[in-house]
Amino acid sequence: MKKLTFKKGIHPKEFKQITENLEIREVPIPPRVIIPIRQHIGAPLIPVVKKGDRVKTGQVIADSEAFVAAPVHSSCTGVVKNIGNYPTPISPSDTCIEIETEEKEEFDFDLNSNIDYKSLSKQEILKLIRKAGIVGMGGAAFPAVVKFSPPKDVHIDTVILNGCECEPYLTSDHRTMLELSEKVLKGLKIIMRAVEAENGIIGIEDNKLDAIEKMSQLVINESDISVQAVKTKYPQGAEKMLIDALTGRKIPPGALPFNVGVVVSNVGTAAAIYDAVVKNIPLYRRVLTVTGEALENPANLLARVGTPFSFLFDYLGGFSDDVTKLILGGPMMGITQFNLDVGVTKATSGILVLGKRKRKKEFNCINCAECINHCPMFLIPTKIVRFAKNSAWDKAEDYGVMNCIECGACSFVCPSNIPLVQWIRVAKARIAEIKKASGK
Amino acid sequence: MSSLIISILTMGVIAAFFAYGLSIAQKKFRVEEDPKIDEVEKALPGANCGGCGFPGCRAMAESIVAGKSKPDGCPVGGQETANAIGKILGLKVEKSERKVAVLMCRGTDEAAKIKADYRGIETCYAATIVQKGNKSCSYGCLGYGDCVLACNFNAIEIGKEGIPVIDREKCTGCGMCVKACPKHLLELHPISRKFFVFCKSLDNGKTSRANCKNACIGCKICIKGANNEEIVVENNLSKINNIEILNNEEAMKWVGKCPTKAIGFLE
Repeated sequence: MKKLTFKKGIHPKEFKQITENLEIREVPIPPRVIIPIRQHIGAPLIPVVKKGDRVKTGQVIADSEAFVAAPVHSSCTGVVKNIGNYPTPISPSDTCIEIETEEKEEFDFDLNSNIDYKSLSKQEILKLIRKAGIVGMGGAAFPAVVKFSPPKDVHIDTVILNGCECEPYLTSDHRTMLELSEKVLKGLKIIMRAVEAENGIIGIEDNKLDAIEKMSQLVINESDISVQAVKTKYPQGAEKMLIDALTGRKIPPGALPFNVGVVVSNVGTAAAIYDAVVKNIPLYRRVLTVTGEALENPANLLARVGTPFSFLFDYLGGFSDDVTKLILGGPMMGITQFNLDVGVTKATSGILVLGKRKRKKEFNCINCAECINHCPMFLIPTKIVRFAKNSAWDKAEDYGVMNCIECGACSFVCPSNIPLVQWIRVAKARIAEIKKASGK
Repeated sequence: MSSLIISILTMGVIAAFFAYGLSIAQKKFRVEEDPKIDEVEKALPGANCGGCGFPGCRAMAESIVAGKSKPDGCPVGGQETANAIGKILGLKVEKSERKVAVLMCRGTDEAAKIKADYRGIETCYAATIVQKGNKSCSYGCLGYGDCVLACNFNAIEIGKEGIPVIDREKCTGCGMCVKACPKHLLELHPISRKFFVFCKSLDNGKTSRANCKNACIGCKICIKGANNEEIVVENNLSKINNIEILNNEEAMKWVGKCPTKAIGFLE
């Protein structure tokens, strides 16, 4: 049988065996949490608590009136110690709320609630998702409620759950599917109800056979939901590639999945949506993989939002001396960190602690076209980078630099070690700047 | 022999025909151009640096003659050029002082702390995109030399201390480095002005001090004894308002008072 997949892409070494068989452990409450108020893409939030206020677990601490926003909840019970600038995973200085925690927990939500989602209307489900502050937990952190509210003339027929986890090292989605499979499935049903879709597909890479088996057994009696194995290839988990592999539909440049009648959601998001709608629990903790060869005890953890990285490492027994790089997310698309005091956010799917690596020297481009052969977006990275190096931003735009998904496949295969993706990011930032200046 | 004559004659006739055609075209399709444009272009430095905002000196000359730009619009040529252009166009040129670029940061390798080992593209712009650069101070000079590349007059180089050093003689004040700096640390100032606040950090005092020895920490010592209008502290940063009192003894007092090296004279 031909395996479902997309064209081009790469096969990086997986390193998933380090943590894929480890059960999710719950992290104890840290003495203090630093919760960034910007944890999503969209409108900025405004803190709704003051310094010195006492907050309960699950209480809203920052919110916005805007549509493209997701409120942030307190992840612990305690007292607001400070509202000020702290380093966050995405910026060296951004507004955060620091909370000094108490051991005894009080919850702002009803622990015993059990709502039948089938009795809820579409609008009620969306309202509950918004209230719980759900964002895309695969890494982009786009507010879920916006994703599930396409324009009125668009009909969504398929909801895809993304269980690919194509980034090396990460296993948090894998463990979520194994241990929280019921929640994931019910979450998918809730999303299908919210967007009025007929079909649901759970796409899982074929290096996670146990997850495929487990999910397949669950959906055996569901006529409208199927589990599909897709080929293990990077970036299979990018939504455009996954939609191509599972449905054969191609998203035109600049368009979004709903343009082809599809909504893609991460499996972790689905589990969080189940919690939000049925159990009324806001998104205040998440599953993440803490791994890497410089770490003594890698693990899959259930950590509260705002837990400082240093606390997680202490809990796991610290790391060895040859640690050189700390990456938030996977090694291909993750963001390098310089500070251990930053807190876990809703989009933190993993923390990677890499050991000693040789510094690679950059050589001139030899026109081997490896980057072109592996670009899943069918771009010509070498040419775009040549334009970027010579500040020809308009030419770079003509060659489709804005369609780049920054997956890193080109940099990975480049035999000359040219930092292609970084140049593309420079070009993107410059083009955005120029457009802003010209008022477009 | 006859074939030779025939070919010479044929070519001669064709040449005469085209020459006549060209002479008519030259008269009929002649573009009337102000001869002043040529003269003004000659008076301009001819570096085509783009400092005036036009692609080259010719475009600037056209704009000056058309009255869209001022005769002293060329930042490179300075007063002499402005006078020469004024003479050609019969305009009176106001006296203006030559401006040069000044780096508003003293975050040298020795003074500023490094927060991370950066291994990416070695330009300031690319480094700024990644967590605002590898220095602890997110307002400070990164020293990868985007300004050096932007300078058409070899007036900037990265000095021994790891930050750009501007040759005030070579600098023409074209402003290309000002546009190139992603941290907006370069500014154009009259060449006689030598007294500045060399810091742009808006962090609070504690953070600034931890990040850089030479940062302005907003301690407000400098404003004590000074008139409110002379020097103010806004957003944790000193700001000199009254440029008239520069280079005098009073300014010297402030330099002495500043606990860091943020306020001082150009070396």
